[in-house]
Amino acid sequence: MIPPLPPAARSRAALGLTAAAARGRFELQVCTACGAVQYPSREACHRCLGIELAWRAQDGRGELIAETTIHHSHDPYFRERLPWRIGLVRLDAGPSLVAHLPSACPAAPSRVVVAVRLDRAGRGVLIAFPPEEPANMSDDRQLREMSCSVKSRKILVTDGKTPLGRALVRAVLAAGAGRVWVGHAGSWKDLPDLAALGALPGVAFVPLDVTDGCAVRALAGEIGGDVDILINNAEMHGAPGVASGGGLETARAEMDVNYFGLLRLAQDFAPALRSRAAGGASGASAWVNILSVFALSSFPAHGTFSASKAAALSLSQALRAEMRCAGIRVINVFPGPLDDESSRALPAPKLAPEALAAAVVAGLRDGIEDLYPGEIAQEWLARYRDDPKVLELELAVAEPRR
Amino acid sequence: MTRAAADYADAVLAAPVTVPYVRHSIRSAHWFVARALAGLLETSGLAKADIDGLSLGSFTLAPDTAVGLTQHLGITTRWLDHLPLGGASGIVALRRALRAVQAGDADVVACIGADTNHVESFRLGLGNFSVFARDAVLPYGSGGPNASFAFLTSYYMRVHGATREDFGKLCVAQRDNALGYRHALFKKPLTLAEYLHARPIADPLRLFDCVLPCAGAEGFLVMRRARAERLGLPYVLVRSTMERHNAFAEDPIQMRGGWVLDRERLYGDAGVGPRDVDFVQTYDDYPVMSLIQLEDLGFCAKGEGPEFIRANSFTTDGTFPINTSGGQLSVGQAGCAAGFLGLVEAIRQLSGRNLARPVPRARLALVIGFGMITFDRGLCCAAAVLAGSNA
Repeated sequence: MIPPLPPAARSRAALGLTAAAARGRFELQVCTACGAVQYPSREACHRCLGIELAWRAQDGRGELIAETTIHHSHDPYFRERLPWRIGLVRLDAGPSLVAHLPSACPAAPSRVVVAVRLDRAGRGVLIAFPPEEPANMSDDRQLREMSCSVKSRKILVTDGKTPLGRALVRAVLAAGAGRVWVGHAGSWKDLPDLAALGALPGVAFVPLDVTDGCAVRALAGEIGGDVDILINNAEMHGAPGVASGGGLETARAEMDVNYFGLLRLAQDFAPALRSRAAGGASGASAWVNILSVFALSSFPAHGTFSASKAAALSLSQALRAEMRCAGIRVINVFPGPLDDESSRALPAPKLAPEALAAAVVAGLRDGIEDLYPGEIAQEWLARYRDDPKVLELELAVAEPRR
Repeated sequence: MTRAAADYADAVLAAPVTVPYVRHSIRSAHWFVARALAGLLETSGLAKADIDGLSLGSFTLAPDTAVGLTQHLGITTRWLDHLPLGGASGIVALRRALRAVQAGDADVVACIGADTNHVESFRLGLGNFSVFARDAVLPYGSGGPNASFAFLTSYYMRVHGATREDFGKLCVAQRDNALGYRHALFKKPLTLAEYLHARPIADPLRLFDCVLPCAGAEGFLVMRRARAERLGLPYVLVRSTMERHNAFAEDPIQMRGGWVLDRERLYGDAGVGPRDVDFVQTYDDYPVMSLIQLEDLGFCAKGEGPEFIRANSFTTDGTFPINTSGGQLSVGQAGCAAGFLGLVEAIRQLSGRNLARPVPRARLALVIGFGMITFDRGLCCAAAVLAGSNA
């Protein structure tokens, strides 16, 4: 049985809050004509009736003016989690709002900082934090319901043979993962680095070639019922251009790993995760896909790779929609070039695998759905959000680097 | 200040009718409207064909509205209004119907508030109540209106020094009033200790701070005084009314309502002051709202509600009778009918048609409406000053 989720229905105007929350940002509607900040979201400015409403980042500072602890709820999800503490906050920017209230938040009246998280239904919700965030915040009972923290969870990293794969394994272990299965295509004895991972407590190697449907199915049959968080970092990066000849071999191999590999994993692991979905401290909670910022707009010098990642992004959006109704969060990660072999020819600043791994762990903890770690990814995102067509034009004139 | 409203001349209120409340009903709202209309005809001696205006307040008619009910119940009207304004429905219906009768747009308007309550309908209704509630309140624990009023109550207690005992005194007195009213859903006395130690709902609110959703209907007729006299119907006069929506939107939390903007005119038009009022029907969905309304309508200054509670007694024979049939807190909250409860009870008290214990020598009443918590505060505030025909 699929466990109940928090209320997910929102008006279209309100979905902007969730869209920003997916990127880890707290944004509210701001009227471009008169500057009024408003909440709840509306179709027009409540002050001047302007209809040009932009979503703008908020610092979230305000005062908790009243609070309550709910002992009775009409919603099946909250009924199982009572008592539940919420507060009424007056933002310095103007609006009053209702927010979840972690136990570390002092009683009203008190200063707070409002931030946004995705809840178990995948919808952005507001949370009032104390101005100085205490260290044990991630253990808060209510916050944990929204988090996909790796702590005590059983995790599958699909490819342990790359520097990123090894960094991911070390990062989730450092953050308290209970168990890590490390996938490897071929023999793990090929790589001395991999053998070193095997010495870490909680680590087990499992054969996993995402291009082999039978192997994927066999592994799902073996451990699929135990995996809480699946991190798919299996990747093929051939980097040819498109019109420079050379046949389909590399492009086909990229699609086989980057697109069909994800599809094979989804078909065999997703049902098992979905059936074990649960919030709180145990149960299946998340699926992470390491994509590429090239999925947003083609980087022509890596045209076929970009295309395979764009295909994977589209597939992942569909997977996310199917997993959302069970409360499993699908996180897409859009790194820029990594500081590894396949991006040797690309210019700095490149992202260290350890930095990417740390960003994944933090994204899981903070309930972010779309991660753009590193300066390159952030800049691409900013350009993309400003105007995708202009970004395409900018990329088209960039010097191909081979 | 805006000019005084034209008086209501000789348009009057008559034939107060209650369709007894039940906790849950398998009937639709249409059934309750039909029972109320039948009651109005029976009480007035009028025929269906005499009713040429209908004002209907309801949340649970969907997908129908008032016009669908004309066909459903086989009435032909030349004036029609549909008011899903919750706790303000009754007074708003009254204001509009009075003007229609005065202007000659209708001769007899049936004003009815009716709602049903199925076992699941309150929970399902929460999700459809407003866009703001769905976007910005329900995802936070789905405590419903209890949680919203818990904020107001805790804030009021902190800022104005009210105690649980203050609210309890009001609730206990209203329960005492309800024991004299046969349609009240609560039939047992309530002690202060029971109130204080009841099951917690949303801190600081406990069970007896919260209205009980139920099914039921209320109604009355608006017609010319001469018509009422010809029919031999006791009637009630309306001295003045007000309604105000979305007042004080910039207040961080609702500690006052639109009554503040209009009370001077309300009393001015009525030619009376708060001291002249013999009893008050507050909109008591939660006791904190009664205190806020008493302050906003000039019975005491802002923040002096707790002192006012401690200095008065609120039963029908008390120093300040409130919610003389028990109020919603002891009778039940039948959707939009709740916006009619105090009004219909006041018509009874002032026209000698009592079902509840009479307030001795009652001639002037203040009835208050309040409704529609679409996000963090009630948007609709309304009030009416009613007078007995001998006042």
